[in-house]
Amino acid sequence: MTGPQPGSGAGALAEAIAATRRFGHFTAVRGVSLRVGPGEIVGLLGANGAGKTTLIRMLLGLIGTSSGHVALFGEPPSRAVRTRLGYVPQGLGLYDDLTGAENMSFTDAAFRTHSPALPGQLRPRELVGSLPLGLQRRVAFAQALAHRPELLILDEPTSGVDPLGRARLWETIGEAAAQGTGVLVTTHYMEEAGECDRLVIMADGSVVAEGTAREIIGSRLAVVVESAAWAEAFSAMESAGLGVALAGRGLRVPGADPAAVRRVLDEAGLSATVREAPATLEERFFELVSQGAAVEAGAGGSR
Amino acid sequence: MSGESAWGAADLGVRHGATMFLDGVTLPAPAGQVTGVVGGDGSGKTTLARCLAGALAPDSGEVRRPPKARAGYLPASSGIYPDLTVTENLDFRATGYGMSRQAARERAAEYLDRAGLAPAAGRLAGQLSGGMRRKLAVIAAMLHRPELLILDEPTTGVDPVSRSGLWWLIARAAAEGCAIVLATSYLDEAERCASVLVLDAGVPLATGTPQEIVAAMPGAMYEVPARPDGDLAARTWRRGGRWRIWDPEAGPGAGPDSQRLLPDLADAVTVAALRRELAGAPS
Repeated sequence: MTGPQPGSGAGALAEAIAATRRFGHFTAVRGVSLRVGPGEIVGLLGANGAGKTTLIRMLLGLIGTSSGHVALFGEPPSRAVRTRLGYVPQGLGLYDDLTGAENMSFTDAAFRTHSPALPGQLRPRELVGSLPLGLQRRVAFAQALAHRPELLILDEPTSGVDPLGRARLWETIGEAAAQGTGVLVTTHYMEEAGECDRLVIMADGSVVAEGTAREIIGSRLAVVVESAAWAEAFSAMESAGLGVALAGRGLRVPGADPAAVRRVLDEAGLSATVREAPATLEERFFELVSQGAAVEAGAGGSR
Repeated sequence: MSGESAWGAADLGVRHGATMFLDGVTLPAPAGQVTGVVGGDGSGKTTLARCLAGALAPDSGEVRRPPKARAGYLPASSGIYPDLTVTENLDFRATGYGMSRQAARERAAEYLDRAGLAPAAGRLAGQLSGGMRRKLAVIAAMLHRPELLILDEPTTGVDPVSRSGLWWLIARAAAEGCAIVLATSYLDEAERCASVLVLDAGVPLATGTPQEIVAAMPGAMYEVPARPDGDLAARTWRRGGRWRIWDPEAGPGAGPDSQRLLPDLADAVTVAALRRELAGAPS
């Protein structure tokens, strides 16, 4: 057993403190602090180019920091400490031309472990490339978890998986966390964000929000418009410069003033119900990343 | 559903050897609305999209679609030419649709602007980010104002900002009266559709508006903080860091109300899949 090392946040499995990474004149990650503790599932959200991948590459020690500090298990990232983590990339990282069992023994050799055999339902004797994607994903998870990593890094872990399959994969992730494994998940999907204990949202290289989904949404609202003439309502609000989005048989305008929405609809001669509802995490996310620059300038994100 | 503009598919069957890729699948696609096809990898979404687009002939059943020139199709992969610029891709597509250059350019300029692609108009499509490429491909598929637009996973792997731009394009096409069929593996996206078909292994699992699918869920659902053991485990799934249990027998008022939760679309679809699993269907 290896305990936390002195000089770093006690017990942090992965930690960034004011980490910055520049490429020439471009700053990909700007003063980001992030911590993943034992048994904790942390979701890392951001648009493309927000700096998530650069941050993870720094945490893994694949690239250095320009300033600030990163640590894995309280030590500078290195090949040796990397053996204590499991990683499932979006492309799954399996060898298609090997069977599931052969992939497994390959990992065992790399990590010097003796993994339990893959269960029969994962079809361990078949070439990975010939398995359905859902099974391939479960083999990749089994492989990443086989050496009982202390930290698990997952990139879009359930992309393309049906809802029941997604719940099952999250059971596996949750079981690992319950046994003390820390988990860092990058995702574009708010359904996955809902499975995390804590979220970190990045925009333009900086952290723009942090907390549970409920904390991040806060008291934000969206205006919900229901009208038989939704298409006309959409066009009218659109022309009025309202950021309107389609939702089922209705429309949503995040952060808008209901009176202003009402006025636009009245002027267009459209009958509709207009009410306010709590914003979704996706709506709040979009607001945060669009105003990323303003937050950075110190304008703050809450009202 | 309205009879006059009834694009869609009725009782489709697609087989390969002994395997059924689609079995008894019906999907009306009314004008001016987004119809979602939801399922994971291997559910039959792409097979259905290809049948609707005329790229694959079904073994049985009927497809009703407009002539090719009045349909738009975004395949699951690509749909654009990486070696052409954004503008060249759209010009090329407009020529294929037989549109006037002027009309095509005007429409393209507006779509590019609203989708946040205008600054990239001169860049090679192959150099765009995944989300930008997907937006370009959707614009290319809807540039000629098709009557039926088939989008196979337009948002998979796309970041939320690009996804928002994609949904603007989709809403715009629907507002102009287009019938849209959208395949997705995400239920929050399905909830944005006017009606939904849930597919599992080529078989319809649920169909209707999101509200109808939720209302049709039999029994009741409870939430508990820890995973239960024994028989209940097979009717349990993880959601939001807690555990949900489906009770097929519970009627109104039965069970501990304190733990009872109103299901949403994701729960209803999960229960439908659980029922199929419990009935011993091959997975």
